[in-house]
Amino acid sequence: MAKYEGGRLDRTFAALVDPTRRAILARLASQGSASTSELANPFAIKLPAVMKHLDVLGEAGLITRRKKGRTVMVSLSLEPMREALEWLRHYERFWSGRLDRLAAYAERREAEAQKEHP
Amino acid sequence: MTSLTLVRRIAARPSIVFDALTTADGIMCWWGPDAGPVLVAETDPRVGGRYRVRFRMLDGTEHESAGEYLEVDRPRSLVLSWRWLKGGGDPGESRLEFRLRPIPEGTELTLTHARLATDDAARGHQQGWAGALDKLERHFLLVSEGAHQ
Repeated sequence: MAKYEGGRLDRTFAALVDPTRRAILARLASQGSASTSELANPFAIKLPAVMKHLDVLGEAGLITRRKKGRTVMVSLSLEPMREALEWLRHYERFWSGRLDRLAAYAERREAEAQKEHP
Repeated sequence: MTSLTLVRRIAARPSIVFDALTTADGIMCWWGPDAGPVLVAETDPRVGGRYRVRFRMLDGTEHESAGEYLEVDRPRSLVLSWRWLKGGGDPGESRLEFRLRPIPEGTELTLTHARLATDDAARGHQQGWAGALDKLERHFLLVSEGAHQ
């Protein structure tokens, strides 16, 4: 069975809980990268609050930040999201086979029940 | 919350499907992921009751998962917490939901396996963010597939 970094997955999912952080990620996903002040623009919160959100996203490994002169450019990092998707795929395989066997078992029981009480 | 949903149509009445999910005899017959045996199946299907299942795969490895029944409404729904105790590789706790709907040919079973974040704040937000995250995931999937082309 595949190995998963539980702590990292938890950080990824926890970082994604907040709507502002999701909006930041969605923006980065559509335009590639942006400066911190560009990211702060659409939100009714101050730059320091945005920086805090960026810290959480950074710790979860969802974004990378790079200094370019006086501005900080933020871009997406796809690896943690890939890992989260891998979790989903793993469990899809895991349950799919099981549900086939569950169905076969229940259908046998149904056939027996109908023989007993037609 | 990120979750996986699978739907199966089963030619058996809901009460039979429900019992297959909750009785030790039933679980013995279908729980293992391959032809290896189920070694232990303990169930106590009432709210707050616990279950534990241990199985051996054909490669000889043993796996065990356990949790608590969170919702038991025979034959309509069953919700339980899920945690690997041995050999699963995923230490986080997750939530399993089985919804059973009667259909003319038997039962439509909907399984949802949702990951739980350990953060308490995350629990309060589960309802609100599912749709948004699903959209985001599709987006990321497209972005990452695009990057490989």
